[in-house]
Amino acid sequence: MDVVLLSRLQFAAATMFHFLFVPLTLGLSVLVAYMETKYVRTGDEIYLSMTKFWGKLFLINFAVGVVTGITLEFQFGTNWSRYSIFMGDIFGSLLAIEATTAFFLESTLIGVWVFGWKKLSKKAHALVMWLVALAGSFSSLWILLANGWMQQPVGYVMRNGRAELDSFMAVITNKFGILEFFHMISSAYVLGAFFVMGISAYHLLKKQHIEFFTRSFKIALVFGLVGSLFVAISGDSHGVHVAQVQPAKFAAMESHWETTTQAPIHLLTIPDEKNEKNLIEMGSLPGLLSFLSHHDFNAEVTGLKDIPKDERPPVLLTFLSFRMMVGLGTLFILLTIVGWFKRNRLIESPNYLKIMLLSIPLPYIAIEIGWVLAEVGRQPWIVYGLMKTSDAASPIATSQVLFSLIAFVLLYSFLGAVGFYLIFINARKGPVSE
Amino acid sequence: METVLQSIWFFLWGLLWAVFFMTDGYDFGVGALLPFLGKNDIDKRLMINSIGPLWDGNEVWLITAGGVTFAAFPQVYAVMFSSFYTPLLMILFALIIRGVSFEFRGKIESPGWKKLWDTCIFIGSVAPAILFGVAFANIFQGLPIDANGYHGNLLYLLNPYGILGGVLFLLWFLEHGALWLSIKTPGQLHDRSVATANNVWFGLLGISVLFLIATYFATPLYVNYLSHPILFIVPLITVLSLLGIKFFLIKGAYFKAWFASAATIVSATFFCIIGLYPNMFPSSVDSLYSLTAHNASASQLTLTIMLVVVLVFIPIVIGYQVWAFYMFKDKLSEDDLAYKEAY
Repeated sequence: MDVVLLSRLQFAAATMFHFLFVPLTLGLSVLVAYMETKYVRTGDEIYLSMTKFWGKLFLINFAVGVVTGITLEFQFGTNWSRYSIFMGDIFGSLLAIEATTAFFLESTLIGVWVFGWKKLSKKAHALVMWLVALAGSFSSLWILLANGWMQQPVGYVMRNGRAELDSFMAVITNKFGILEFFHMISSAYVLGAFFVMGISAYHLLKKQHIEFFTRSFKIALVFGLVGSLFVAISGDSHGVHVAQVQPAKFAAMESHWETTTQAPIHLLTIPDEKNEKNLIEMGSLPGLLSFLSHHDFNAEVTGLKDIPKDERPPVLLTFLSFRMMVGLGTLFILLTIVGWFKRNRLIESPNYLKIMLLSIPLPYIAIEIGWVLAEVGRQPWIVYGLMKTSDAASPIATSQVLFSLIAFVLLYSFLGAVGFYLIFINARKGPVSE
Repeated sequence: METVLQSIWFFLWGLLWAVFFMTDGYDFGVGALLPFLGKNDIDKRLMINSIGPLWDGNEVWLITAGGVTFAAFPQVYAVMFSSFYTPLLMILFALIIRGVSFEFRGKIESPGWKKLWDTCIFIGSVAPAILFGVAFANIFQGLPIDANGYHGNLLYLLNPYGILGGVLFLLWFLEHGALWLSIKTPGQLHDRSVATANNVWFGLLGISVLFLIATYFATPLYVNYLSHPILFIVPLITVLSLLGIKFFLIKGAYFKAWFASAATIVSATFFCIIGLYPNMFPSSVDSLYSLTAHNASASQLTLTIMLVVVLVFIPIVIGYQVWAFYMFKDKLSEDDLAYKEAY
């Protein structure tokens, strides 16, 4: 094991763990803000207890998410110092802007929200939650613009042996980052919605707090339905863009080996990376891959064989992540559409409720493998076309990284177990009367 | 022009660290005092709730200091953080367990559970306080950096001057935290906090004097002062505000004492930063290998854009943080603990 591999594993562990909590923060903050607004508008106490119940789960989740985010900002320096020197001029400024314009607001106001129930007017208190939600989304925009730059570097010049900023406008309007942002934020809303629907389903199945959880479920359902459609729409635009600027990733997503026009999608594909072909291709849908990549059934799609071997991402992992992500995304649309028709007789639909309860983990899986696709699919590059991951690590001892990786895994496993356990027992307990 | 911009950024960089020490400093202090001043669960909850609404916003100053180091001085960010790999990760782990402890502690009513998270709060507050002091003292002193990079490790950093820096930071934060508790807590806990602030003050005074003398022998920080004696006004402010803490403590003016402590921390940080200028990660082997504001900065365009961002947004941040601070300045009572949302 070398420093690069260990550092990659450490970054993957830290990021993927952090991202178990971020999407729920983003999605649930909007739902809680909406519930509190309903309370302010209608004066109906049930919306107040909804705000408090879901708010409590939100806060446990927020705590783990926020503290595990700190290490990420510093890991570029500790483990990827060559990368940081090479592109800190651009990447660093996006992180700094994120902290200054968004993260400060979110972290300061969350304290005001928790402790300020009696110190602020009802309207002002609800507004604080909207600002928390907005700041969270704004944070993720900056982070995804930073990631977008690694995927598609723009607005730079090579000078003094590094990438220097040339056009700030180009960096903050980078299409890759903007598309990632819409795709990710709508996925986070889906995750938040499924979380609320799943927990509501549990209580509805037990026939307890029926009014409370029916209303919660319906609010989340609308949110989830709109969100999951938006995930698909933004994902489609994102796919077209990936095909243009990262042909290697796109080809690996479908394990597409030969450059062809009218490229098909096969319902069943088993990639054989070693022999540069697919072992099995069945259920061919002609022209569909061309359509997905260029919105044209006759378009030419670059195959992996036309990309140098040392510039190809790991095909199997990229391929499987993409398939699973799309499959799950489709499932979310179906489940919320079914929900829409059952929305007025949820309590009489125990099977649907059971499915929704069991579906809580699915958006988590979808969002994590979506990131695997984005990041593994970009390999071997750390900055697409500019710098390889293998050239980016810090000149530090392997033993240091090995120890820190072990420490990360132990600490995060413990935190994750406690965090999810607390969310679980509080979710199961249901709303507590005032 | 570029040199001026780099110098402005150097001092902004110092300012962010100073504000971080001033804001997160008191909640580190409160966490470090938790096992000593918190005689029972009510005391402990009062202590934790005294910083409950504010610690998270305070910690973002660290994120911003880190982010600005990355943006304005990418090479310093890269070399400093990879050189200080182990101590930095220890700080981050400490901050992680501390942060979740506040949220987790009250979620299950069991003495063992609370004991676990109290311990985490204590370690998570003491360790960063000491390690930041050790790290900065070593930067002031200069580090073993040659053409092949940095040649130190955690043990190397624990040299006498480094340890002195760690002790100094810990005492700063203990004093700052004890004063905060004097403002925020009632009854016997308040009395114990005042007594602690009074006692720690003597230690802080002694260690500060020792640090000033040691700095003369161990570091080149006084060089800038000797060539521009007017700058001695900064350590003078430190001395005056340090004396001010005691003055206001005796008068029972705890808010003023806390502000004097804040002024001590900010001016003391600036005393060091001014002495360090323009070095950011200096080599003790040969200044050829030192990273400075002038040889390790970002491009002029990035520095300019970031300056605009910081000049617009940092005052806004200060505005709403002062608003939040003002909202939660009042003394806590046991009624506040009955509040369902409290930690």
